[in-house]
Amino acid sequence: MIRILGALLLAAVSLRPAVATPDPADTHEQTLGNGLKVIVREDHRAPVVVTQVWYKVGSSYEPGGLTGASHVLEHMMFKGTERLAPNEFSRIIAENGGEENAFTGTDYTAYFQTLAADRLEVSFRLEADRMRNLRLDGAEFAKEIEVVKEERRLRTDDNPKALLYEQFNAVAYLAHPYRNPVIGWEDDLDTLTVDDLKTWYARWYQPANATVVVVGDVEPQKVFALARRHFGGLSGDPVPPPKRQMEPPQRGQRRLELKAPAEVPYLLMGYHVPSATADAEAWEPYALEVLAGVLDGGNSARLARELQRGQEVAASVGAGYRAFQRAPGLFLLEGTPARGHTVEELEKALLEQIGTLAREPVSAEELERVKAQVVAADVFQRDSVFYQAMRIGLLETIGGGWRVGEDYVRRIRAVTAEQVQQVVLRYLGEDKLTVGVLRPQPGALPPRRPAVIPGGRHDIGG
Amino acid sequence: MTSVVDRPRRAAARFWIVGLLGWLLSQPASALAPIQSWTTDTGVRVLLVSTPDLPIVDVRVVFDAGAARDGDTPGLARFTSGLLFDGAGTLDAQAVASGFERLGAQYGASAERDMAVVSLRSLADEPLLGSAIDLLSTVLTEPQFPEAAVARGRRQLQVALAQEREQPAQIASRAFYQAAYRSHPYASWPNGEPDALALLTREAAQRFHGRYYVARNAVVALVGDLDRAAAQALVQRLIGQLPAGEPAPALGPVLPLADGVSERLRHPSAQTHIVLGGPVLTRDDPDYFPLVVGNHVLGGSGLVSRVSNVIREQRGLAYSAYSYFMPMRQEGPFVMGLQTRGDQAGEAIALLRQTLDEFIAEGPSDEELEAAQRNLTGGFPLRLDSNREIVEYLAMMGFYRLPLDWLDRYVARVSAVTAEQVQDAFARRVDPERLVLIQVGGDRAVGGQ
Repeated sequence: MIRILGALLLAAVSLRPAVATPDPADTHEQTLGNGLKVIVREDHRAPVVVTQVWYKVGSSYEPGGLTGASHVLEHMMFKGTERLAPNEFSRIIAENGGEENAFTGTDYTAYFQTLAADRLEVSFRLEADRMRNLRLDGAEFAKEIEVVKEERRLRTDDNPKALLYEQFNAVAYLAHPYRNPVIGWEDDLDTLTVDDLKTWYARWYQPANATVVVVGDVEPQKVFALARRHFGGLSGDPVPPPKRQMEPPQRGQRRLELKAPAEVPYLLMGYHVPSATADAEAWEPYALEVLAGVLDGGNSARLARELQRGQEVAASVGAGYRAFQRAPGLFLLEGTPARGHTVEELEKALLEQIGTLAREPVSAEELERVKAQVVAADVFQRDSVFYQAMRIGLLETIGGGWRVGEDYVRRIRAVTAEQVQQVVLRYLGEDKLTVGVLRPQPGALPPRRPAVIPGGRHDIGG
Repeated sequence: MTSVVDRPRRAAARFWIVGLLGWLLSQPASALAPIQSWTTDTGVRVLLVSTPDLPIVDVRVVFDAGAARDGDTPGLARFTSGLLFDGAGTLDAQAVASGFERLGAQYGASAERDMAVVSLRSLADEPLLGSAIDLLSTVLTEPQFPEAAVARGRRQLQVALAQEREQPAQIASRAFYQAAYRSHPYASWPNGEPDALALLTREAAQRFHGRYYVARNAVVALVGDLDRAAAQALVQRLIGQLPAGEPAPALGPVLPLADGVSERLRHPSAQTHIVLGGPVLTRDDPDYFPLVVGNHVLGGSGLVSRVSNVIREQRGLAYSAYSYFMPMRQEGPFVMGLQTRGDQAGEAIALLRQTLDEFIAEGPSDEELEAAQRNLTGGFPLRLDSNREIVEYLAMMGFYRLPLDWLDRYVARVSAVTAEQVQDAFARRVDPERLVLIQVGGDRAVGGQ
């Protein structure tokens, strides 16, 4: 999902030269009396509507000991309200021909339904209900927390790269809660209670802390009327924003190693950098986006050209940056060494790439390529009503508002080669770097599979 | 439900590819603009849907050149597909990539068991579109398979195969296909075998390309901002140079399993990955609708399906528990699966078996069937609400030679399925005594390392 989101955000924002521009006039917003914001974008290509409800809460809102609470609460949002039995929400959406799910990140918790356009009211009725009337039953919690623990095993504990990434964040961030894993530390999940969730729900699930985004074959005024009918009567309290938590400046490189049952080593490197909504000169996040494109914007970009093909020091390699989050983030480099090369050689080769970028401005050709890709991707993403809603919801939720997105392509196009060099010099210094290495444990994995054993339903074991 | 767990952008995105793929291949789409279809003079079948709302063109060229064509060279289909963009005509890999990327075009190649797909997404503006099509044409007709790229591809594959051994899901899938398909070409693991890498040579790739990347073995699907005349010209420009060649020979049918198979593989993971199933469904199967609609009740509709209800909602045993049919040219698999803490594997397997046995014995209730039909028919417009989805359906329909009214008739055929038909089809086609059960991992006690 994050990968998609990354592409979305790179793609996200608009400005079109030759081709038709999405008209910002097609996007409308209204704030209800209780503080709930409703944003509607018309897209009449198919008789379909997507509804997303975004709450300003996620893992970076969580204090120590409560990591994972936002995500577990997301699971419990399907487990019944004063009116609905557990899973009845999902059953109603399914019977109306809909698709639905939810996702949690560092800065948000969001819920969505996709339906035929004439069924919009179904999702409004259900989302309004669970915004204020969630039941949070102890027996349901006891089962669901086990589901979440299985999710953690699947995504993180049994996945060496994900495990490295989890610990990497906790080293790269000393104080800022971006160090928290979204799914929560294992022991925090063990001690989490349904009462913790009741408190969390009461604090954050308020109309004034939510944004409803609707994109599809709808008329905005009718959507607003429907929103007033279903959400307008919800009572709520003002929600004070979370306390500011600043990461102290990094004063020297940090390193970590993770031993895991793996076959292949893996390298993760990250530099602290500003985000689009943080307190930085406005062009910097856009220069960092261009930098990520210069390094990893396709198979002709520098990392593939120099490290995968040229030196052939990497079997796979990548760079990543997310401009749109509520606090400063990381510029990431990651890769798997090619056969016959070590993770140390790969690290050295990546640092040489950063060194080159610090010494020499990127070429006009590279800059044009990245900009052409951003312009095209901005059109491509309009093929999906879901991603259009994602972009609006995310930008509203992290602060700054959806209009920031409308300006994205223009700001990318304004980036110069000198600015790319400047962000490298300013932020990608060795004292600002965290390096994580996955060290495979030799012999931890069993030999290749044995032959097939016939045996009906009987468990042969092995 | 699902969580967005922060990952570096390039790290593997691990959502439910298996389930998702099964769903995509089994679920059709909505009322859309008419499908136009024709065959070029060299024998390429073309399907087109014009969608003028966005200035985008999506192209998918599909060849009957998936891993089922590996022959005695495991991994050859995917290896060949992966090298197409590594040098073509007089261009090297860098020139090919930068040729597309400076246009803002997105492109790729992939190979599963049946299909090898080459795809392009471009802005519809000229000269962007024409330039991208010309370049793609060179890639399709004149790939060079340079020695250096072939050697690099083999070394990268070695790393990928080593990484597979870290992943219980991959190990389970590989074991499942081997046990379920035995000597059938579908048993060939698309990524290949570590001890057969030496067979992946430049000559092997050239031979494979020459045999299978030909007009009479190809289907082109087009969706976007272009009319029939423009599409015809574009297709000519794209594959006019492709030699006619011969269609791939018919694949043999899959022999039914004579007995059940149970295999358990060690892995130092906290969870046991469980896969239960066998070969069942072809794309043109007369039982297609009863089986697919029935599976929606059994395990194909997320949290509201029986499998998920029993395993996840009632007992909290797994995050993901599902069943799906993957219809293929020959009998594609029916698969039930889940992952659970190692010490719960036995309980979960018993529940999975019991859920299947009950469903085969009794079929769905009338209420369950109606709910599934309402979801499938009511959700029909959602399945075709983007160019990307439409082009995937067109490619699938063209490849499997489904009639052009297949989508138009979809809602009526789903609605016509009865509970008796579902029960009867499952009873005839899914024999619980003759399934493959694979268990991988769960060897690490939770709380320890």
